[in-house]
Amino acid sequence: MALILEARQVTKRFGGLVAVNAVDFTIEEHSIVSLIGPNGAGKTTFFNVIAGLYKPTSGTIRFKNTIIAGQPPHEITRLGIARTFQNIRLFNNMSALDNVLVGMHTRLKSTPLGAVLRLPSVVAEERAARVQARELLRFVGLQGRDLVWAKNLPYGDQRRLELARALASKPSLLLLDEPTAGMNPQETAALTRLIGRLRSELGLTILLIEHDMKVVMGISDRVTVLDHGTKIAEGSPHEVQTNPAVIEAYLGRAAVARAEA
Amino acid sequence: MAVRQTAAQQGIVARAPQQRRRGAIAFGILVAVVLIYPAIDRLVLGPYLGQNFLGSLNPILIFVMLALGLNIVVGFAGLLDLGYAAFFAIGGYTAALLTSPQSPLPFRTDFWIAVIISFFVAAIFGVILGAPTLRLRGDYLAIVTLAFGEIVPTAFLNLEKLTGGSKGINPIGRPHGPIPTITADGTLGIKPELLATDQVHWYYLIVIVTAISVFLVIRLHDSRLGRAWMAMREDEIAAASMGIDLVRTKLLAFGMGASFSGFAGSLFASMLQFIDPAQFRFDISIMVLSMIILGGMGNIFGVLAGGLMFGIFNFVVVDRITSWLKALSVTVGMPFLAIDLSDKKLFIFGLLLVVMMLWKPEGLFPSAEHAAELHASEEEGMETEMPGEALSEEQIAKTGERV
Repeated sequence: MALILEARQVTKRFGGLVAVNAVDFTIEEHSIVSLIGPNGAGKTTFFNVIAGLYKPTSGTIRFKNTIIAGQPPHEITRLGIARTFQNIRLFNNMSALDNVLVGMHTRLKSTPLGAVLRLPSVVAEERAARVQARELLRFVGLQGRDLVWAKNLPYGDQRRLELARALASKPSLLLLDEPTAGMNPQETAALTRLIGRLRSELGLTILLIEHDMKVVMGISDRVTVLDHGTKIAEGSPHEVQTNPAVIEAYLGRAAVARAEA
Repeated sequence: MAVRQTAAQQGIVARAPQQRRRGAIAFGILVAVVLIYPAIDRLVLGPYLGQNFLGSLNPILIFVMLALGLNIVVGFAGLLDLGYAAFFAIGGYTAALLTSPQSPLPFRTDFWIAVIISFFVAAIFGVILGAPTLRLRGDYLAIVTLAFGEIVPTAFLNLEKLTGGSKGINPIGRPHGPIPTITADGTLGIKPELLATDQVHWYYLIVIVTAISVFLVIRLHDSRLGRAWMAMREDEIAAASMGIDLVRTKLLAFGMGASFSGFAGSLFASMLQFIDPAQFRFDISIMVLSMIILGGMGNIFGVLAGGLMFGIFNFVVVDRITSWLKALSVTVGMPFLAIDLSDKKLFIFGLLLVVMMLWKPEGLFPSAEHAAELHASEEEGMETEMPGEALSEEQIAKTGERV
């Protein structure tokens, strides 16, 4: 299988704090990969480095043969990486539809002058974008909510809208930062199914940060574990689950001793 | 609120055409009133109220144009700019230097060409100011723009060889061209190649340029760029992560916002036939910002209304009340009633703004976004039950229209 993302020796330092420490990390095309680890392990920092919000202190990241480390986030989005946020960051005072349309920004071509003159090409592009945006809203289960403001949607729907907005940029790699955080079991199950469909129906590759182990173990092809910024384990969900270093990171040394006894 | 809710749920399709028709009628009436206003002013207001307002309306409309431009920067893109008068000055001086016989430049251009050039020169300076402030937000940005607003008039004051310093530049080129005019018997005609010396000419000229500005701003608002501006205002990090180039989008906001003051500045300079640095002090920036806040930030028609109301207050109402008070004091024999309000304008206005901010912080005609933002805490409890709540009918009609 071809690698879609390849990170080599990625380090991110904030002053004296090493948030991500020489991490090697790869993602195969069409796989679902989870990044797990205790709070403060550097998962979100690593995400932000991939998405371009942070420049890595050292190391390289290659996405489909382009080096993306250090590129601005909008450029990385254009190349085909989209993301959601751990703390939902929607455009609150804009409609659901407009949120998705903003997500399409890099795929639209209209210029300010074209918009002012309302050229036929601009009108056609806008119309097509609206049709597509409605389709995306339907795909994530938000049909009929086009005109509702993002901030007025219930929490679970806001997460779905973030997903639709990310999909609008037509990514090939989707980064989901704790997509099920704060959801009840039914919502979590529905979202897990949706993530499965993203791969099977849209052919996406997915990198997931997740705390819900049922979700992680249920849908991941591979799991990577970070602790204190360092990669401590990597493998299939089962391999990781039984890895003593992982148990120690999560539950402490005593738990490992008890498991061995 | 409950009524709005049902409106949102029921009749997006049913309401939109009806509303559009009502909007078209209102628009038609507005256009008609604007077009025949000089006749009303001369034939009705003059004889019966004893006062003509046309002369005051021209500077008011120029300030409305400024408000439209500043609204792009502050209302759409959410970048607080306290030095907007700088671009007004740059627009005015550009036109003055290009057309005045006093100008030290080796060439002169026609007034119309000067207007176009002012538009672009102001836009370029908008970008120049924007560039160093790209990383700043909120208070920090406000301070830097404030400084820019102080630097520009001071620079014009000290560039004496170019601008005449505090003596200013006078005269300034006037527009030539076919200008609609009202003859003495009140009929409307077009006289070609007329010098704009009459207030009526200026009125039509300014109305046309204001209309063009409104048109441009509406088109920009409803475009891909308009969405990018608003997304940036809502959340810069999310906007960047959705593929919006923050540098480009911010510079476009500064540049396009400033360009309108190029229009306004060149018309202003030519209308007054005189330009000096004192015309572009800090209070102009604040006045234009107040127009936006009063009318409703982000909403184009709110800004128009706010600009008109502020202008009418500033240029008409204060003088009227002062002269009434003077007349009253003579009639009733109480001289202490003869208060001159013109030097208390800023005080009265400040008071009005304070009341306004307490009573209706989103402005008189808010954009739905800003109203929602400012009343967020009041609505919080109902958020999940009332999803359609914050959509105004206007917005529904608009979105329905786009479909």
